[in-house]
Amino acid sequence: MPVNRREFLKKSVSLGAYSMALASGLVKSGPASAEWIAEQFAQGKLEETLKTLFKDAKITESDKIEIQIPQIAENGAVVPITVTSHLDGVDTISILVEKNPVPLAARFDLSPELEPFVSARLKMAETSGVIVIAQAGDKLYSARETVKVTIGGCGG
Amino acid sequence: MSSIRIRTKRIDGKTQIRTLITHPMEHGRNIDKSTNQPIPAHFIQELTVKHNGKVIANCAVGGGVSKDPYFAFMLKGGEPGDKITISWVDNLGRQDSEEHIIK
Repeated sequence: MPVNRREFLKKSVSLGAYSMALASGLVKSGPASAEWIAEQFAQGKLEETLKTLFKDAKITESDKIEIQIPQIAENGAVVPITVTSHLDGVDTISILVEKNPVPLAARFDLSPELEPFVSARLKMAETSGVIVIAQAGDKLYSARETVKVTIGGCGG
Repeated sequence: MSSIRIRTKRIDGKTQIRTLITHPMEHGRNIDKSTNQPIPAHFIQELTVKHNGKVIANCAVGGGVSKDPYFAFMLKGGEPGDKITISWVDNLGRQDSEEHIIK
């Protein structure tokens, strides 16, 4: 079938719009695609990291995210954390430590075969808030706990 | 020997997947006290968990995760004989992978 000029132009315009939407993060490239992005792990303030991760999307506090973490950590090099969510359709769980030089500790893209549950161990440089952001579709939910660190974890 | 150890436990129809990985997880801001030189960054960046060959978790990890990292996940379902594969890639491009059969 010959492609006339009008059809060709129409197609290239819609393709262009799609790639622009992709670039601006409007179209999700599907779950389980957590490639390592240096910008997200840049040194900076928590607010900057959140902006890099989620643009200006609204983040709602939720009591349906449960964070199990010690209130006092004697050793900031190893702080165990367990996150359990009771929200539906969680596809990403991000764990951030407010006062660490690099706030983002890890980002977990979970397929529907997994429960919205994850455990890890964090380094904490000093007493700080620990923030968990759960993403369910295009909705963002957060929960927060504060951990008092008596010996910093910077020294590893 | 693999750097990855995997344990699974079936609990009420679900399967808990736990993994312990041997890795220095140096974020690059530490100083070697004996030489006074900075210790170069060396940490796992990507961790992938597969269930019978299908990716179920893809994790982007930073230097803020503790040395010899531990992670746990909870699989809905999972049967004895199912295969769990966990692999990682670090910032130096090194990688490792390990398989485990659910009992």
